[in-house]
Amino acid sequence: MATLFDPFDALFQFQQALDSYRTSGWLGSGPSASGAYPPINIFRKGDDAVAIAEIPGINKSDLEIQVLGKTVRLAGRKAVQYGEKASLHRRERLVGRFDRAFTVPFDIEADQVKAECRDGMLALYLPRAERDKPKTIAVG
Amino acid sequence: MAASQALEVQEKKEVVSKDEKTVPARYYVPPTDIFETGDALTVVMELPGVEKQSIQVNVENDVLRIDARIDFGKYEGLEPLYTEYNIGHFARSFTLSHKIDQQQISAELNDGVLTLTLRKAKEAQPRQIAIN
Repeated sequence: MATLFDPFDALFQFQQALDSYRTSGWLGSGPSASGAYPPINIFRKGDDAVAIAEIPGINKSDLEIQVLGKTVRLAGRKAVQYGEKASLHRRERLVGRFDRAFTVPFDIEADQVKAECRDGMLALYLPRAERDKPKTIAVG
Repeated sequence: MAASQALEVQEKKEVVSKDEKTVPARYYVPPTDIFETGDALTVVMELPGVEKQSIQVNVENDVLRIDARIDFGKYEGLEPLYTEYNIGHFARSFTLSHKIDQQQISAELNDGVLTLTLRKAKEAQPRQIAIN
């Protein structure tokens, strides 16, 4: 479908191409966690970063989020309940555990990270640490 | 089904449909489970980021149609740096058999998961036949 030029889409396509190179093992490994679930989009908001992940059907209580330095770890599990005596016609939703980490290019103020979970979306507000921000020096 | 296995990323599938859209946005096919119990058919689909009031569920000419819209306004003021999934609306439709009582379809939304309960028509429900 030809639509208007969409910068988001262009970046997305580009990133996918890059990712396929990365998973080929040409570039070094990422942070120490396995798997790429959930898919995450990272945005910039002023000095800070916002990470948004799609996690439909995952309970808040099954989610574990840790922040250290520049790295964020997201772990948890997703389960799907069918009632007893149900016969399945179609099964497309996946279940299982996940554990992944990602890094942002600045130190995160861990105490001020906010996590919001609504309508199957997880939003993490990652404020840049004060000590990591550039200082303005007045010329004396 | 082992809940201990690693969860994989599901690539979003774009809707391929005969009727074209007039909105300049992408539509995706939500992953859906369908299962049947004695008195009902349950359709469960994943619609992350969709609010309750942005979902339309229609039944017309024996076709159950789900149209769910994302509010792109939430992304205003955010500059994308790194992306792993694309954002778009969701749409999917199913043809209903005559075993479904079309007057009794109920819907519920929880954590981005829409559950539709389609009651079976009386004559399609299992029943016990007494032996004289």
